[in-house]
Amino acid sequence: MSNKNRLRRTLMFLNAQRANLVRDGYIYRPDSVIFDLEDAVALSEKDSARVALYHVLQYVDYHGVERLVRINGTDTPFWQEDIRAIVAGGCDGIRIPKCETAADVEKVDEAVTKAEQEFGQPAGSTLLFAGIESPLGVHNALELATSSERMTGISIGAGDFKGSMHAHYREDGAELYGARYALVMAARIAGVQCYDTVYTCVKDFEGLKKETQLIYDMGFDGKSVIYPRQVPVIHSVFTPTAKEIEKAEAIVTQLGSQASEGIGVFVIGGDMVDVAMLEGAKRTLMLAKAAGVYKGAVQL
Amino acid sequence: MKNSLGIDIPDEVLAAGDEVYQGAFAKHHMIYQKAAPKTQAVIDPNQSKVLPDLKDAIRACGLKDGMTVSFHHHLRDGDYVVSMVMAAIAELGIKDITICATSLGSAHDSLVPLIEQGVITGISSSGLRGKIGKAISEGKLKNVARIRCHGGRMAAIASGRVHIDVAFIGAPTCDDYGNASGQGGISDCGVLSYGQIDAKYADHVVIVTDTMVPFPNLPASISCSDVDYIVKVDKIGDSDKIASHTLRMTENPRDLLLAENAAIIMKYAPYFKDGFSFQTGGGGPSLAVTRFLRPMLEEKGIKAGFTVGGCTRPMLELLQDGYLGAIMDAQDFDLASVESVHKTPGHYEISTSEYADPFNKGSYVNRLDYVFLGALEVDTDYNVNVITGADGVVRGAPGGHVDTAAGAKCTVVMAPLVRKGRLPSVRDKVLTVTTPGETVDVVVTEMGYAVNPKRQDLLEALADCPLHRYTIEELRDEAVALAGKQDEIEFTDQVVALVEYRDGTIIDVVRKVK
Repeated sequence: MSNKNRLRRTLMFLNAQRANLVRDGYIYRPDSVIFDLEDAVALSEKDSARVALYHVLQYVDYHGVERLVRINGTDTPFWQEDIRAIVAGGCDGIRIPKCETAADVEKVDEAVTKAEQEFGQPAGSTLLFAGIESPLGVHNALELATSSERMTGISIGAGDFKGSMHAHYREDGAELYGARYALVMAARIAGVQCYDTVYTCVKDFEGLKKETQLIYDMGFDGKSVIYPRQVPVIHSVFTPTAKEIEKAEAIVTQLGSQASEGIGVFVIGGDMVDVAMLEGAKRTLMLAKAAGVYKGAVQL
Repeated sequence: MKNSLGIDIPDEVLAAGDEVYQGAFAKHHMIYQKAAPKTQAVIDPNQSKVLPDLKDAIRACGLKDGMTVSFHHHLRDGDYVVSMVMAAIAELGIKDITICATSLGSAHDSLVPLIEQGVITGISSSGLRGKIGKAISEGKLKNVARIRCHGGRMAAIASGRVHIDVAFIGAPTCDDYGNASGQGGISDCGVLSYGQIDAKYADHVVIVTDTMVPFPNLPASISCSDVDYIVKVDKIGDSDKIASHTLRMTENPRDLLLAENAAIIMKYAPYFKDGFSFQTGGGGPSLAVTRFLRPMLEEKGIKAGFTVGGCTRPMLELLQDGYLGAIMDAQDFDLASVESVHKTPGHYEISTSEYADPFNKGSYVNRLDYVFLGALEVDTDYNVNVITGADGVVRGAPGGHVDTAAGAKCTVVMAPLVRKGRLPSVRDKVLTVTTPGETVDVVVTEMGYAVNPKRQDLLEALADCPLHRYTIEELRDEAVALAGKQDEIEFTDQVVALVEYRDGTIIDVVRKVK
């Protein structure tokens, strides 16, 4: 599996300005961390945070946790130096904030290409993620999702979006339904991943679980995280049940043998199964494996 | 002379009768004669025990230069008694006093000038925190200090190695004949477990209280038949300061991760079955382990038998909700526990001797399945330091660490790989050994855990544990990779404190920092 399609159930923000956080954020076992050079870092600390982050990227073993960086917006004077420093450091990917049009992604892509050449990183190795935080960005979700070969995932940032929409918080998330659907649909069309916004009530784990269940059912691949204790809660929602695992395993193993005999549709446990269900079944097993609840023989 | 850990204990600092450490269980079945106090009989029913002030009580006890006085620390950072009594002793012109305390901390910073003036020339205690720890590390105390764990202090008193001339016991309530309780009044601390043994072995016993109640004050932690005098003062302490920063419930995600990892070890270790027992030590991560217990108990359909030692609100909630059979309380770490003891069915007060004394006929720690303990440092031999900080200064306390580690079937030491962003917690050698590695079974960090190779049975039992297993050397490498190599701390040759193991043998020394 390419890096693009790796599991990203949790993408945990870490304030790049705080050395004690970025030093070992991997201990909380998120699938990805996002070192934040943007909102979390004070204006006067932009340079020092960037330099410190370069050293973290260079020298700290993140034990397999993906290392992404949210750079400063392309409307600031910081983003180009951000890209040089973090590509030189060897980050795995970049989350671009406040994306609205393909042009926002394209100029980052160009700067990343140059930085990869300048610092001897493999061409195309730095992945891009588009942060969508405005009505225009949501409207252009498909354009953003298809704006670069490097594009790996798009994410909704609800805070700014709700403000722009004059929307208000609702416990059932109704104010975000439209945006969430637009993003998931765009991601599926473009073949990229899709991540939900952060849950800001950091002590409300029941509320987090409920919201995660909602976005999991909607088809999101993961959720942004702002508090380490949220990671296991989100992972638990993304962990398939024993019944789901059993069915997925049957689909993956039987589809192979049935297909070789020319059979495209068959029945498992009373349910009609066809080849369209293969990808979903594989994903179920991947999630189960990541959660440590599947130790079966199916190779993914 | 080298002890069995290979640590050199200079002969010149050993007092008559001192031995060096020879192993955690070397004194098992030792036969000894218990000490007994000189006792002044009270036969005349007309004698009043209530004296007007502390100075009268000090005079009445005949306290003189060179004697030993004792205190407990149930009021922890809110204690006023030690400072009040020592100020009165100083005002009476008495010098060369040795304090035998259960613990000293920031509430007792006022003792430092008395150390400098020679009023206090000796200290034995578990905790030596705050300015006292610093003063000792700077060599200001005339005599070498003794650091004793809770059980070790009880054994030292019972065996006569320590003789208390006058015990000053702060008590939230007392009647006019000396029945004293940890409950009620305006400075409630719940239990008086530490004071119970002092009351039995001291030549003179003075209860210092701020709330007199009608006779008989029952249930009494200290019986009137052990008490010589009672002094009423304005206030013995501030209960609100019982929960110091080391005892507060943590919300730090790193602490909670450590606690969760430790709870996972508990679940997969072979003792996690109906009726199991556990203790959590002081410090955020250790105390937080209890918070992860409930879902594990529900999932397995079992309940815990008992906890022992320090009591906290999460334990009480487990007790009240039927997940825990009993709390054997030797110390209350928060106001909920203070309020509950003797009132909530199953919440019992025990003495510190019952809790942890290695020289009695079997203490509660010997019945522990699990104990979860913190550490300032742990080394690749699994030795633990809970006394000296990274600057070499005395700032911690063994408390019941040493006792519970020796008693429990599964001793889990919890250490973040790096402290204060720059100090590796797992290293080749700890600065000071307080708890020997032979009594430590598992070291848990944020990354995963290591099992002491002497516990092959645990290694096998934890085969299915989902946490990552490391060797202790791998954890050390991780810690050093994160924190970098540290410069060695420079000490002088002067020994400022002896660290006693619970059986009274010398396990290590603390030297004066340069």
